[in-house]
Amino acid sequence: MKIGFYPGCSLSGTAREYNESVVAIANAFQIELITISDWNCCGATAAHNINKILSLSLPARILALAEKDGLTEIVVPCAACYNRLASAKYHLEENEELKNEVTQTIELDYTGNVQIINVIQFIEKYILNKLEKKLEKTFLQKVACYYGCLLVRPNKVLSFDREEDPLLMDNVMKKLGADSIDWAFKTECCGAGFSVSQTETVARLSGKIIEDAVLRGAEAIIVACPMCHSNLDMRRKEINNYMNTKTDIPVIYITQAIGLAIGLSEKDLGIHRHFVPVNLKMETLTENKHIIENLVKTEE
Amino acid sequence: MEHKQKNTFADEIKKATNISIARCYQCGKCSAGCPMAVEMDYPPSLILRMLQSNIKDEEVLKSKTIWLCLNCETCVSRCPQDVDLPTLMDFLRSVSLKLGKSNPKSKKIIAFHKSFLESIKNTGKLHEISLIASYKLKVFDLFQDVNNVPAMLKKGKLHVLPEKVKNMKSIKKIFSKTVDGKEKI
Repeated sequence: MKIGFYPGCSLSGTAREYNESVVAIANAFQIELITISDWNCCGATAAHNINKILSLSLPARILALAEKDGLTEIVVPCAACYNRLASAKYHLEENEELKNEVTQTIELDYTGNVQIINVIQFIEKYILNKLEKKLEKTFLQKVACYYGCLLVRPNKVLSFDREEDPLLMDNVMKKLGADSIDWAFKTECCGAGFSVSQTETVARLSGKIIEDAVLRGAEAIIVACPMCHSNLDMRRKEINNYMNTKTDIPVIYITQAIGLAIGLSEKDLGIHRHFVPVNLKMETLTENKHIIENLVKTEE
Repeated sequence: MEHKQKNTFADEIKKATNISIARCYQCGKCSAGCPMAVEMDYPPSLILRMLQSNIKDEEVLKSKTIWLCLNCETCVSRCPQDVDLPTLMDFLRSVSLKLGKSNPKSKKIIAFHKSFLESIKNTGKLHEISLIASYKLKVFDLFQDVNNVPAMLKKGKLHVLPEKVKNMKSIKKIFSKTVDGKEKI
């Protein structure tokens, strides 16, 4: 099984462990990721803050290159890249004039026929039904699945999950044995691109997210976005200073959670690259346990 | 008698973005859900009201609000009138920048965006070290985040040398056709 892959800049730099874990689980499920040749940055927040045509042209170049490579579907693990790529595709489809202007800017053929999926859709489509067979360990913890903004909004453009109370990541974590909690900050903003220019804002917004997760008993936060991860993990010192707390709740990627559950090593999943240490006890599944569970079920 | 109506800024917005400012009926849902409203000089619904009144356009373009919007898209998701505020904010920012009206207090945010685009223009990809270096030079804040650098290097999260797009000509062209000579990235 082969699928196109757009890593984006974060995954080759600050979110290296996200890339490592995406690649590791893809390998484990025999999925070959084909990286788009000569890909560029999607433009992220900066481009659409400054210039509309630039913000559409950078993603359009990526999608045009994917078409050229003969890819029909690409997985985009970074939620910000996923959002920019999907938005560009949506707006170019809606507006012929805009599409002409952008194709003239990038000087590449663009038809808009590449399917763009995020990491949760990738898991749902290619991994979820094979997961149970490969499961070696399960999580025993209460976890807070944090979706953030860019994975789910705007629904008109992305058509992914429920906008105010998404559940797909929770479903994956439940399959891994975790108790995914109901909480209030699932789709609140972490402060995103203000990490450097307005660090206090990030401390305030990310601080509230961590506070709510901890108050409701979560022992880990599960994410699918490198910006959310870096704000909740790398900025923990600033968050703790701002909130006057000493929270040490770890933040892991959904792909790392799957990797741990199917028995991949922490090193292969880049767990050691986090700033907040990750020490999550897991239960090892044995054949005996399955037999005992089945016995209990039949008795009930 | 011929009655000529002056072309307002709201008309200009409609033409450029297809957003009707008049659709907003001031329910305030956008301001209630906005994570940045507490830091803004005018909450989002007030920005719309100011544009409706058509006498406060200047204040809107000079506001901190337009730069504080994080485009989290919460407002437009909840708007009963489907007013696309994040797209409006994008438009207001670009006009504010073109007319040289951006709020001096938003200097750091704008400097970060510009440094980010500079990095893409130079290599086609984001190179974090170049981004931070260029940003620091723009805002004269040399010591911010210096503490994090050794840990980030140790964890393999920073590339010392940038990765480059092979066909840099195509990237330069995209920039020359869009922002160069206008917003001066």
